[in-house]
Amino acid sequence: MDEGIAAAGLCRRFGRRWALAGVDLVVPRGSSVMITGRNGSGKTTMLRCFATALPPHMGGVRLLGQDPWLDIDNARRKVVLLSHATRMYEDLTASDNLLVWARLGGMDVDVVAALRDVGLEAARTEPVRSYSAGMRRRVALAIALLKKPDVMLLDEPFAALDPGGRAMMGRVISTLRARGATLAIATHLPQVAGQYCDMAAHLADGKIAWTGAPADAPAEAEEVW
Amino acid sequence: MLNQIGAVIAKDLLVEWRSPVRTTAVLFFALAIVLLVAFSSGGGALKRQAASTLWMGLLLASTRSLDRSFQVELEQGALEGMVLWPVHPVALFYGKAIANTLVLWLVSLAITPFVIAIFDAPVKGNLPMFIGFLAVGCAAIAAPGTTFAAITSRARAASALLPVLLFPLVMPAMVASARGIGVLIEGDIMNQAPTWFGVVVAFAAVHWLFGPLFFRAVVEE
Repeated sequence: MDEGIAAAGLCRRFGRRWALAGVDLVVPRGSSVMITGRNGSGKTTMLRCFATALPPHMGGVRLLGQDPWLDIDNARRKVVLLSHATRMYEDLTASDNLLVWARLGGMDVDVVAALRDVGLEAARTEPVRSYSAGMRRRVALAIALLKKPDVMLLDEPFAALDPGGRAMMGRVISTLRARGATLAIATHLPQVAGQYCDMAAHLADGKIAWTGAPADAPAEAEEVW
Repeated sequence: MLNQIGAVIAKDLLVEWRSPVRTTAVLFFALAIVLLVAFSSGGGALKRQAASTLWMGLLLASTRSLDRSFQVELEQGALEGMVLWPVHPVALFYGKAIANTLVLWLVSLAITPFVIAIFDAPVKGNLPMFIGFLAVGCAAIAAPGTTFAAITSRARAASALLPVLLFPLVMPAMVASARGIGVLIEGDIMNQAPTWFGVVVAFAAVHWLFGPLFFRAVVEE
């Protein structure tokens, strides 16, 4: 089966601390994986390595069957990381931000429709500085979707969202899955994220400690090793 | 590539238009230096200080502008977002450097009439060359300034570190710009201005040409 995302012996350290200490994981193309683990277990670092935001110190990553570092620009066109950093310019409006990122990527965008899809049509002319965390998350999602990614990496996608926002995020994830995108979702909400994933992996101390079906994912309170 | 350069410039100018913090701060900073020198000096020497005061004001103020141009990118991780989008590092360099140059041009256009008036230093020499000194001199600050601002932006003492790196490097261009504008104010009877102008152009050309070479390493780290 084709690889969507694959990590082999993936290691990454910050100073002397190894955030990832030999991650082995294969996510088939078109599948979605839920990644769980306590704070500091390496979830965000792993997603950042998949997104090519961080080069591995040992081991490697493959995206859609290719080593992304061999043709970095091409790989980056296909992958999006929705992270805690919203990538937005605070003094610009949501519409401005969308237009800026669309222009940077040479894309055409219907700003009103894109913001309507994330439930922000009414607030599109207000500066992002005045937005709540959940609203910023929605704009960040609208920006991320501009790329129509083949690989989407979501770091705590349901955080800061209200029930309506979570439902909207769920719809977006379902649409991406239906389109054949490969997804990795790092979360502390396995009951929510698990509905949209084919498989789950649990990280502990920078290693994959468990893999299986999302419904069987261990609760964070009961470490499994 | 050209589209991305244009998009980076448009984005920087839009951010500045929506919240003109950078231009306002830089303008008042430069103006304060000019006024301070003007009113603390006096007599016949005042006119001879005009050129050096103008460039001192622009150079010191430029660090605020350059610093701010990357702070905006780091506030919500937009710089990393651009790297991953991907915006080509060469486009990013030229986009940021051109936007920084435009801000410095705007500030130089605003403070130069003040300098001429306050220091009683009308331009007796070649006026187009005087404007050329301002344009190329600002560009000579902006190109290396963009690289160094990107390097220092993630440092804990970014605003202190930037001048430490930038000032020694741009000193030849600043000296040449100040000397060139100085002789133009005096009338340039010995026709020295073109030589100084050549120095500034050469300095700017080297930094605009080679600046992008290392920019991927700078922004990816």
